[in-house]
Amino acid sequence: MREVQTDEITKMVRDLFIDSNCNIGDDLLAAYDKGIETDESPVAKEVFKELKENVRIAREEHSPICQDTGLAVVFVELGQDVHIVGGDFNDAINEGVRQGYADGYLRKSSCDPFTRKNVGDNTPAIIHLEIVQGDKIKIMAVPKGGGAENMSRVHMLTPSQGIEGIKDFIVNRLKESGSNPCPPTIVGVGIGGTFERTAILAKKALLRKVGERNPDPKIAEAEKEVLSRINKLGIGPMGYGGTTSCLDVFFEVEPCHIASLPLAVNVQCHASRHKEATI
Amino acid sequence: MSNKIELTTPLSDEDVEKLNIGDKVYLNGTIYTGRDAAHKRLVDLVNEGKELPFDVKGQVIYYVGPAPAKPGKPIGSAGPTTSYRMDAYAPTLMELGMKGMIGKGNRAPEVVEAMKKHKAVYLGATGGAGALIAKSIKKAEIVAYEDLGPEAIRKLEVEDFPVVVINDTRGNDLYVEGAKKYSKE
Repeated sequence: MREVQTDEITKMVRDLFIDSNCNIGDDLLAAYDKGIETDESPVAKEVFKELKENVRIAREEHSPICQDTGLAVVFVELGQDVHIVGGDFNDAINEGVRQGYADGYLRKSSCDPFTRKNVGDNTPAIIHLEIVQGDKIKIMAVPKGGGAENMSRVHMLTPSQGIEGIKDFIVNRLKESGSNPCPPTIVGVGIGGTFERTAILAKKALLRKVGERNPDPKIAEAEKEVLSRINKLGIGPMGYGGTTSCLDVFFEVEPCHIASLPLAVNVQCHASRHKEATI
Repeated sequence: MSNKIELTTPLSDEDVEKLNIGDKVYLNGTIYTGRDAAHKRLVDLVNEGKELPFDVKGQVIYYVGPAPAKPGKPIGSAGPTTSYRMDAYAPTLMELGMKGMIGKGNRAPEVVEAMKKHKAVYLGATGGAGALIAKSIKKAEIVAYEDLGPEAIRKLEVEDFPVVVINDTRGNDLYVEGAKKYSKE
């Protein structure tokens, strides 16, 4: 049994949210470069150049890439041989969010659903906890903006609709979303599980890096096919028209009930922010 | 498509009527921020017959909730939010003389119609490019609804603020035309 202080967890969550919001992954920069090179629309190429310049400024000034610094989604893989000491685990994460959003000059977007009054410190974090083997804690911070999240859907298909029904639903969802989710998008897809499980799978899929395929070759093929179909829609960067409407599609698949085929499409903008660290 | 035009606010009918979809426009002067909660309050005031906290005539409203300003900076990252949530309120403000809206994403047919009727335009800023866009905002001052935090109405002084014309005063739509041009379905 290894002891981990809650203070360490707080510090790590704080740093992860500041870093993820100000410093985007190199996989995305490479995807913007590919857009400049390959998109058939001159306007699209200009948008990709703006996105690159934006990333450069954000890194240099240590300021957020986007003003929508999101709700604080946190995936935790907690080793079963860890003993957390010094306070409450959930409080430690929320305190990390509080500190990160204050110290990093990040926007606080969490509000009461009815009065719309801002909570003021961007809590509570949306925490997804999984107990795993070992004596480490891995924390993945995903600041999730509202614009793309609003375009996301959970849909319960009938089993007879199968993989073709799944592909059609995803492509139509992105077509209907058009310019709203800040394309070129990244699409997290959950297939299987139950109503709530499939949504978590879709969110978890967004943790992958652009180009990282599902290890199952058949599923990887389906990912590539859906990506290619979305890119034929013509939406383009920011919806101004172009041949790059989506940067990648990630499927996460689990068994489901014999009566069901749950599907979740979690839409992410071109600024797909996520960072992870381990204690 | 793709003319480069400089405009200074407040805007006249003539200023906006010469714009075409796809034109790159650099805005100068004063613009106002407003998003969900502020729009609701503005339109409630109009419905009650009360005066607005600023004169919307000839003005441009930018749909944005900026990140907090770091010390020594006028504003934090400040890219556009998705515009359709303001669709319910936009026609009322155009009736009062608002000439432009800056945001991202599709507008409802009623909003496009109102732009034709009242001579107004919808301008797109690059979503997610908040750090870059903040560079063209030289001054920011809260003029109403401070309690709304990031959603408060701010008066911004902008220099060469970069936008693209999405909907012109003749009902054209860059999103529709752009997708049509590059669709391979």
